[in-house]
Amino acid sequence: MNSFMAWIEQRLPFMDSMNKHAMQYPAPKNFNFWYVFGVLASVILVNQIVTGIWLTMNYEPSGEGAFASVEYIMRDVDYGWLLRYMHSTGASAFFIVIYLHMFRGVIYGSYQKPRELLWIFGMLIYLVLMAEAFMGYLLPWGNMSYWGAQVIISLFGAIPVIGEELTIWIKGDYVISGATLNRFFALHVVALPLVLVVLVFLHILALHEVGSNNPDGNDIKKPKGSVPLEEQSKFEFHEQYTKKYDIVDAIPFHPYYTVKDLVAIVIFLILFSWVMFFAPEGGGYFLEGPNFTPANGLKTPEHIAPVWYFGPFYTVLRVIPDKLIGMIGMFAAIGMLFALPWFDRGIVRSFRYRSKLHLFNLAQFAICFIALGVLGTMAASELANLAGRIATFGYFGFFVALWIYSKDEKTKPVPERVTG
Amino acid sequence: MRKFILILLAVLPTLAIASGPKLDLDSAGNDLADKESLKRGFESYLNYCLGCHQLQYQRYNRTFTDLGISEAEGVEKWMPTGEKPGDHITNTMPAKDAAAWFGSTPPDLTLEARFRSPDYIYTYLRSFYVDESRPFGVNNTVFADVGMPHVLQGLQGVRTKDEHGVLSEAKGGSMTEEEYDAFVRDLTNFLEYTAEPNKLERESMGYWVIGFLFIFLIFAYLLKKEYWRDVH
Repeated sequence: MNSFMAWIEQRLPFMDSMNKHAMQYPAPKNFNFWYVFGVLASVILVNQIVTGIWLTMNYEPSGEGAFASVEYIMRDVDYGWLLRYMHSTGASAFFIVIYLHMFRGVIYGSYQKPRELLWIFGMLIYLVLMAEAFMGYLLPWGNMSYWGAQVIISLFGAIPVIGEELTIWIKGDYVISGATLNRFFALHVVALPLVLVVLVFLHILALHEVGSNNPDGNDIKKPKGSVPLEEQSKFEFHEQYTKKYDIVDAIPFHPYYTVKDLVAIVIFLILFSWVMFFAPEGGGYFLEGPNFTPANGLKTPEHIAPVWYFGPFYTVLRVIPDKLIGMIGMFAAIGMLFALPWFDRGIVRSFRYRSKLHLFNLAQFAICFIALGVLGTMAASELANLAGRIATFGYFGFFVALWIYSKDEKTKPVPERVTG
Repeated sequence: MRKFILILLAVLPTLAIASGPKLDLDSAGNDLADKESLKRGFESYLNYCLGCHQLQYQRYNRTFTDLGISEAEGVEKWMPTGEKPGDHITNTMPAKDAAAWFGSTPPDLTLEARFRSPDYIYTYLRSFYVDESRPFGVNNTVFADVGMPHVLQGLQGVRTKDEHGVLSEAKGGSMTEEEYDAFVRDLTNFLEYTAEPNKLERESMGYWVIGFLFIFLIFAYLLKKEYWRDVH
């Protein structure tokens, strides 16, 4: 066995890579609850890919057959219902986990120098994930699938000059039809998953290059020769990390974080299973009632709402009276997140050591984002519009305020070493 | 195409309009585990509903198996001649004619209980009243201006609506009110079953899976604790 491994190793740096990225990867020892969501997102990604492959074996991407083929999967395919619920529950779980993962990055300043590119890759993943979810949502060919897609695609019609032609180009038809369904299927099952997997790979590679941040926002990699040997971490790390740095307060990712993440994964799976087995409709938010009738271009559901995870951006769109400006606002809301590393001009990362003002700003941002999400699933009214506008203001205000106060922010001293 | 864009633009603002007043629905109180109730509902469905409403995603033999009916008995007692046990539960009414007769094609009801809800079906079938302005002389408090005639009127009797919106019996049917409610409850039960035939299996599997995960959690936690003794 050893000689076989040696034979491999001479030709492919398998063990070396495993060491570099797992067994001898220095992870700060003070990761808390907020640090499990990256791993959970990977678990869900695998779940979506595997169940997705099995679903395509019986799904029929055509206007005539799609809806019936989903019911065929639900009734006639062995455990087809389980595969479908794993996939549909997984879609919503993916966004829950990703939103928490992103929020972790925001509160601990994980987007700050030198992790800007890591953050950008993460945002690209989020963007592709939204496209992936949007296209996947059309595939069951239910009436909400149809009208949800209708609404979103029609947004592009607001773009001056080319808008109308653009919507036809996207749909491949004058209306949403089997042609649209087929191209969405192709993108959903082949193109976007490939992009997603590549981006996730780059995200992890970039993470391991700059190293993980931690809840204190300080560095566990100190300049070479600055830390006495007895104060350095006593574990063995890969020479890629040790030849340049003295490493403190770190533990190898495997086995310490793999066994810790396993606990998180099991707790997650319990919650996931609870939804999947006892409430797969997720109260009408994961699988919507009108989607249990086939797509019908002549019958509009009473209340078209996008799936909950698009809620925040949908509200921004909706509360701005002009359609074009609304669409610009919606995309700007996502764009702001991309630019976050440059809105924050501070050097202290974690909110633990930043100003009261920052703490308040983070809190109002979280509240506004959740409010935007809730409003996005509700029917509009005068009151909802007003609330939506206030929340939109708070959302954009977070970035602007951050840019202003972060330059000369009154911060607390950041400890040299991690705490707790 | 221009027309279509105009329609779209007209539709867009309506997305924002409230989903109308919340319906006050009665609780169906049906029980999916009650096979006798499901069988009664199945029989009523075949007698009163199937003529117009198909169950195009539900198969006869699947229904027999799940309801505890042997295939031989099913074929003899529960199936129209000429159909095969593996066939879907469909009718022969031409969709085009149906649309002409009723204003729109009677919808397939396989998934109705998930599209609406069991409570909706239960309340709807008990909410018809006399309204001479409608083509079939009846209207419905749950589904305003419904195109469907009250096919169960012979059982329920004739009901009228007063100015407060309260329904009262004008002429009795062949069933008492309690009998009719039970009849509708069975039918609702059957439709909740067809909407998701695996529901009971899903839930019973859920207990096992979650039970396993809780046991696994203990070991995962102990493993973590053991390893982390090295970390100071």
